[in-house]
Amino acid sequence: MSTPLFWLGVGCVLWLLGLHGLLTLRNAVRRIIAINLMGSGVFLVMVALAIRERPGDPVLVALVVTGLVVAVSATALALRLSGQLARARKGDA
Amino acid sequence: MAEGLFDLVLAGLLLMLAGGALYGRSLYTSILLFVTFGLVLALVWARLGAVDLALAEAAIGAGLTGALLFAALARQGRAPEGEFDLACRRRGLAAAAVLLPVLWLMLSSLAPLAERDSPLPELALAALPHSGVEHPVTAVLLNYRAWDTLLELAVLLLALLGARQLGSGRLDTARPWPQLRAWNAHLAPLLVLVGGFLLWRGSSAPGGAFQAGALLAAGVVSLRLAHLLPPLRWSFWPLRLLVLLGLALFLAVAAAGAWLGQGWLSYPAGWAKPLILAIEVAATLSIAASLSLLVVGERREPAP
Repeated sequence: MSTPLFWLGVGCVLWLLGLHGLLTLRNAVRRIIAINLMGSGVFLVMVALAIRERPGDPVLVALVVTGLVVAVSATALALRLSGQLARARKGDA
Repeated sequence: MAEGLFDLVLAGLLLMLAGGALYGRSLYTSILLFVTFGLVLALVWARLGAVDLALAEAAIGAGLTGALLFAALARQGRAPEGEFDLACRRRGLAAAAVLLPVLWLMLSSLAPLAERDSPLPELALAALPHSGVEHPVTAVLLNYRAWDTLLELAVLLLALLGARQLGSGRLDTARPWPQLRAWNAHLAPLLVLVGGFLLWRGSSAPGGAFQAGALLAAGVVSLRLAHLLPPLRWSFWPLRLLVLLGLALFLAVAAAGAWLGQGWLSYPAGWAKPLILAIEVAATLSIAASLSLLVVGERREPAP
């Protein structure tokens, strides 16, 4: 089994693991972690495709670098929203 | 053989940490495992030869996301746990029955891609002498696909605005222990140095605006946690200026190119290197300011 194929498989497994977590977990912070794991799975697939030839494909790597910053922005916003939601619930109770 | 074994161990560790991060017993354990997952992922990037990514992941994926998650945990307080049990065998079987065929479908459609060649790397390398930088990843980020980077800065700004709208995220930090303070005082100048080095290095080797910005932001966050910095207020105007600087300069260069030059985001011949460098410096400062505001930004509480 070639190296790209192996890491492609790992990326897919990681994505599915995140999906399972997203669908079964209830806690908002855990769900955000699950989405992050799915994102990491996608990045892993992209980098596995980038190393098909040597030296690696710079376009895919650059896209993943961009994706990382977008992922952390989205995570920060999602965590703020979940915190706000928790506070609103506490206020109701 | 040895490499295959190393890959196997790394992948096993990665997946186990991912599972632990999802189904850890307490939320605290989960977050801790997720941070570790980020570090192992950085190792994986290094193993796969994507050093740019390894640098970014170690600073962003492991460092800043971890700080964000812990801050959220502190705000959320102790939520009731124990909502699921993996011991429930029927549920596990059902999940496997759904997920395994999906995995097979995904793999059978993705596997042919692993064999196919892409024409992009050769094109990217062929155009490298005209791009103004020597490192292909930086060339893609700031020359061939500068649109992506421009929009990414816009996304960062939007996330920041959104977080700001959600009201005061006051950060209650405990009194820092003395060693943290002492270490941070020594670490801070070193971080600035390394950040500058990464930025400068980015034109010819792995590194660049994102990695440097993330590193600087991590430095600001750890200084803030050690109470060596005053609270970062949204209303502090130099900070706002820094946040806007990257996007504003990028947009100005793009618009000037469209108006006076050959078109939107195409640099005039011979000017690529200085323009890219200016944009990178501005983007680094912007990314550092935005990320640290996202993590430890505070707003003055309205007086009661």
